[in-house]
Formats: sequence, structure tokens, C-alpha cells
Amino acid sequence: MNIFDMTIHELHGALKGKQLSSLEATTALLKRIESVEPQIGSFITVTAEQALAAARSADQRIARGEGTTLTGIPLALKDIFLTEGVRTTCGSRILSNFIPPYSAASWEKLRDQGAVLLGKLNQDEFAMGSSNESSAYGITRNPWDTSRIPGGSSGGSAAAVAAGQAIATLGTDTGGSIRQPASHCGCVGLKPTYGRVSRYGVIAYASSLDQVGPLTRDVADCALMLEAVAGYDPKDSTSVDTPVPDYSAALAGGVKGLRIGLPKEYFIDGLDPDVQKAMTAAIDTFRRLGAEFVDISLPHTDYAVATYYLIATAEASSNLARYDGVRFGHRAQADNLLDMYTKSRSEGFGTEVKRRIMLGTYALSSGYYDAYYVKAQKVRTLIMNDFISAFTGVDVMLTPVAPTPAFKIGEKINDPLQMYLSDIFTIPVNLAGTCAMSLPAGFSAEGLPIGLQLIGKPFGEETILRAGYAFEQATEWHTRKATL
Amino acid sequence: MKMTIADVEQVARLARLELTAEDKELFAGQMDAILGYVEKLKELNTDGIVPTSHAVPMENAFRADVVRPSIGLEKALANAPEKTGTFFVVPKVIE
Repeated sequence: MNIFDMTIHELHGALKGKQLSSLEATTALLKRIESVEPQIGSFITVTAEQALAAARSADQRIARGEGTTLTGIPLALKDIFLTEGVRTTCGSRILSNFIPPYSAASWEKLRDQGAVLLGKLNQDEFAMGSSNESSAYGITRNPWDTSRIPGGSSGGSAAAVAAGQAIATLGTDTGGSIRQPASHCGCVGLKPTYGRVSRYGVIAYASSLDQVGPLTRDVADCALMLEAVAGYDPKDSTSVDTPVPDYSAALAGGVKGLRIGLPKEYFIDGLDPDVQKAMTAAIDTFRRLGAEFVDISLPHTDYAVATYYLIATAEASSNLARYDGVRFGHRAQADNLLDMYTKSRSEGFGTEVKRRIMLGTYALSSGYYDAYYVKAQKVRTLIMNDFISAFTGVDVMLTPVAPTPAFKIGEKINDPLQMYLSDIFTIPVNLAGTCAMSLPAGFSAEGLPIGLQLIGKPFGEETILRAGYAFEQATEWHTRKATL
Repeated sequence: MKMTIADVEQVARLARLELTAEDKELFAGQMDAILGYVEKLKELNTDGIVPTSHAVPMENAFRADVVRPSIGLEKALANAPEKTGTFFVVPKVIE
């Protein structure tokens, strides 16, 4: 087996058993990055020298017998995570020269375990997009078919895992930005419950929806990464002070008697036939494993995309007000302060970011605030109530992640509304604030990965991991590799 | 509703953005389409529904009122486009 294709648990075993060193593993990953990066474009910044230094010190730590699960494991981060001393762009020109003075709490937790940072991954600018086409640093291509998008906004995070460029990665998910690219690239991606993982040091897009989560090669790795980053952080006032379970220990329970809900609004006529086929087969697998299926309804599903694009853009317009050229980031030359703000922002932001700032500003502006923003917040309550009431009868829900497999590069770039609608099955989970995981569940006739979404109750990550693990043990989809 | 170029210009002013003539044209059409789509929320009766601003029910998150180290002046100013001594420099505000 190629070192660069190993999972965390496999590589950890090899490091512990001294069959491999972190230096060898890190070198193999850096070589792989160099060879496939021209085809894929997962990275904005590769931190080769720092990675080799971190690998050497991880090897010493392991030699002293002080290694933990992630010691010496080569990982990479979406470029939305602040990394002290390493440029962090968030996919935007406006941060092209930004060197953070501190690191994201989630990265600090991984680094403290001795994880090795390979670099910073490409993404849609400020996490606004579903295709990784809005990055100021070039597009990312899908490793399974390089004429297609990897999904977004954590497109680099998913493509890197699929292309053998990192053992695992972290991404963020505001409306599906971990799950949709995981689905399109054939990896596992989990959006934890709102408040489960600290967002300290993560560049904000829509603060009532953003959440940090892992992208990995299998469910066991997903549990390992979640357990490493989850937990209360006094520096993030929205993080929730509830104990972190041993997610790895929760994997093995099986699904006998598990009640799985099938929300009828997610199995619509327009669903791609290959996606439909994969869902039907997945349902059969779960049934064979002893799970029970219940037909349920989430009646306000059809209003979720509209609700999301009012709330997310309103919050974005407010969050992105800080990019004014005063304290950091790009500054345009101007004679007066107002011109400096306006020119710095106009030169620094790309089209999709401007479009969302415009929409959000409009939704919050005087005369429209109640009709748009408050109305959307009220519909959000109805959507949350849908989930609360459906979860009284089921333990988890099973749905597709995306209505189609990965689309072609350029296909939706000129039609933002069509692009927004590709997130129709992932957005409601963010609005409800609960957790969900995407995992490989099949391939289209053209050989493109298709993901399955398991939605859990708030702080029900253990249950979706357990169900996902049982499914994974019974199928072989996650073992297939993109040929590059 | 129809988004005019003047509407787009007004929103851009509020957002501190300067748009090209091309972008104004583009955004007017696209914002029209998107705002037309979100009109569907009006189908729902939301009388008496409490708006949700935050998914997890939470009281104010207070921390202990204790002085702790912060990143310090040097780091805070390290990314400044222009600085002097311990200050960020900006174009003159008051004539």
C-alpha cells in the first residue's frame, strides 16, 4: 500500500510499531503533493520545511514513548484556519499578505498532539461557494474526474484526502461545505453539532451556522479527528460545555434496532437516478444489518435554501465589514478614509463575495429588515421544529448529500441561484444546528462518487458515527481510490 | 420587485463597495432572481413564531473578570498596512 493512501489508524499503527517514521510518511506525502498538485490544485500554501521539522520532532516524541494517536500524522487545513506564522488567505485576495499572529484552537489541539501540518488548502473565497471556483488562488479539480468540481467550499480539504495529498484534513461547514465536497470526492466528512468544536481562530462567514469538522478516508478516522478537536473553549462564547464522548469506542455497537428516518422531502422526483439507486441500495444494506426504517416528513425543507441565503448573507455582510484595509489585509491607496475602505474592499473581494455582501446588506437595510431577515429567522424556527418533532420518532435520518454527483467546472458559475440550490439537502442541518455526516455510498455510471448523509440529533455524533461505521464495514465504497 | 441600477448603487454604498458598470448590471439581474426566489418565504404564516438567531439555546456566556495575557502590540501591529510607533496609520479624517 502507498503511504500516502493510508488512514490515520493504519499510519498510527505503523509509526507505533516502528515500521515507518513520521519523516518517511511526511516525505511521501510531500512527494505526492508535488506530483499530483498540477492536476488537482488542492493547496494554496505547502509548508514543506515546517512539515519536515514537525515530523522529526514527532519521531523523537514517539521514540520517547510519548506519542498519541495523531503524533506524526501528516494533515492539512482549509485556509480558513488561522496558523501562526503561516499565511492564511481564506481563498481571498484581500488576505493575500496576512500572517496570523495566533492559531485556531482546533489546529492547536492537533498540533499539541504532534500532528504535522503539510499546508493550507484551497477553498471558495471566504467559504462562499459550492464548487471551489470562487477562490482567488485558482480552481481545485475533482480527483475522480478533473473536468469536474470537487465541491465546496472545503473543496481542497476533500480533494486532498481523495488524491493522497493529506491523510486527513479539517474543513468548515456553513451550509454543506464539508459534506458536499466529501460526497463529491468519495471521502467521509462530518459537520458536528453547532457548539461542539471551538471556532476560535476560524475566519467567520455566517456565525450562527459555521462549524469546524474533519474530512477523512474512513469513519474510524473521522471519530479520531472529532475526538481530537471537540470540546468546550472559553475563547469561543458559542462553544458548548458538554463532555466529549469517546467517539472511537462508540463505533462498534452496530445498528440492530436503530430507527432510521427517511424524510420524504429529500427523495424528490428530480433526484439523479444514480443517486437514487445508491440510496436504495444503502437502505437495503442498513435493513440487512438490522436497522428499521420510518417514513418521516420535514415539511419546511423547501424553504431552507431561501432562509439560508438571507441569514448567511446578512451575517456575512456584517462579519466581512472588518476587511477595511486599516489593521491587516489589502489596503488600496486613497486620499480619504472612505475611499480607502471602498477601494480596498472592491479590489480585495471577488465577485461571489461581493454578491453575498450585497444581498446581506440589502436584507439588513432599513425597510427590508423585517421582510427579509426577521422573516428568515422565523422560518428558521419552523425548520428547527421540523427536526425536533421528526427526531421524537427516529434515532437518525438518512438522505442524499447532493441531488447529483459532481458537476462540470464552469457549469453553474454564471447562475448563482442554481449553484445555491445544489446545497438543498445539506443546508437544513446547519439551520437546525444539528450534526450530520457524509460517507461514500456508491458510484455513478460515469464513475463519480456518491455520498450518503446520516443526520443525528444535537450532540448525537456517536450515533451517526456508529451507523456510518456499520455501513462502512458492510460495503467497500470507501476503499476505492481515484486513479491519478 | 425590480432591482434598478440605482438600487444596486445604494446597496453598494452601504456595503462600502465600488462596482464596475458591468457588475452593477450583473448584480441587478442576479439579485432580482435571488430575491424573487426568496419571496417564497411569504407563503408561510409566521405570526407568533419566535425568530431563531442561534441554534443552541444559550444564556450569555460570561468569563471570569481576570486579566490575562493578550497578543501584545508588536503582534497586533505586525500585519498593519501602515503604522507608526504604536499606531495604525490611516488617511487624515479631520481636515
